[in-house]
Amino acid sequence: MMPDIPAWIALPATLLLIVGGLLTLVGSIGLLRLPNFFMRIHSVSMGNTLGVGCVLVASMLIASAVAQRPVIHELLITLFVVFTAPITAIVLMQAAIRRTKPPKQ
Amino acid sequence: MKRIPVLLPLGLAVLWLVLTESLSWGNVALGLVLGFGMVLSFQNLRPVTPRFRRVHVGFGLLFKVLVDIVKSNIAVGRIVLGLTHGREVRSGFLDIPLDMRDPHGLAVLAMIVTATPGTVWSGLADDSSVLRLHVLDLQDPEAWIRTIKHRYEGPLREIFE
Repeated sequence: MMPDIPAWIALPATLLLIVGGLLTLVGSIGLLRLPNFFMRIHSVSMGNTLGVGCVLVASMLIASAVAQRPVIHELLITLFVVFTAPITAIVLMQAAIRRTKPPKQ
Repeated sequence: MKRIPVLLPLGLAVLWLVLTESLSWGNVALGLVLGFGMVLSFQNLRPVTPRFRRVHVGFGLLFKVLVDIVKSNIAVGRIVLGLTHGREVRSGFLDIPLDMRDPHGLAVLAMIVTATPGTVWSGLADDSSVLRLHVLDLQDPEAWIRTIKHRYEGPLREIFE
């Protein structure tokens, strides 16, 4: 059974989930719409920065309300995402630069 | 004999405490042992120990980066959805001269620019003097150079150099 979640927590959490989902969706649409790899790599980072951020804050709100105490595990997820995602992006970028002739400025 | 780092093991210990959600003495001790044990055993893999000068500058920087991530998410979202008022979006590489040489500062700078949608770190000259960025919307190169140098590089140099 779900315990009652007060409205002042449920509302912002819902909003954050919607915004996070929309941001990730727009980022994924960018994967389809943008013409080349160098442009597409930018739209992916929408989902894994603010998109994930919104979902994690929502998760903190709901988990804290359910457990009746502050739950801050999600900060660790944020930390690990912030540490690892840029490394992937940089490595992909290096690979792309070496494999293709990048468009001149 | 190298200086024994303190901040990194303490940080790892705090990470352990958050992860296990317990503040009992035994767990604190375990976290400290793990933190110091890991850092000491990996020390030979970390050739340079960072020196922190003005750590408080970091809080301001963190706030600025959060604001920039929100702003650039909106900017990239508009470009993806084609809401640019008919303006053609030109993306490309941009070379930015850097004054920072500290590897830790450069690493943090790489994380900041790559975590911000719209810019991705694409290379660094061998002597760390030029940073190459790929920018999604290269409308005003001067503005990008100003942003990187004053908004990020300045505070990072205060912290690490």
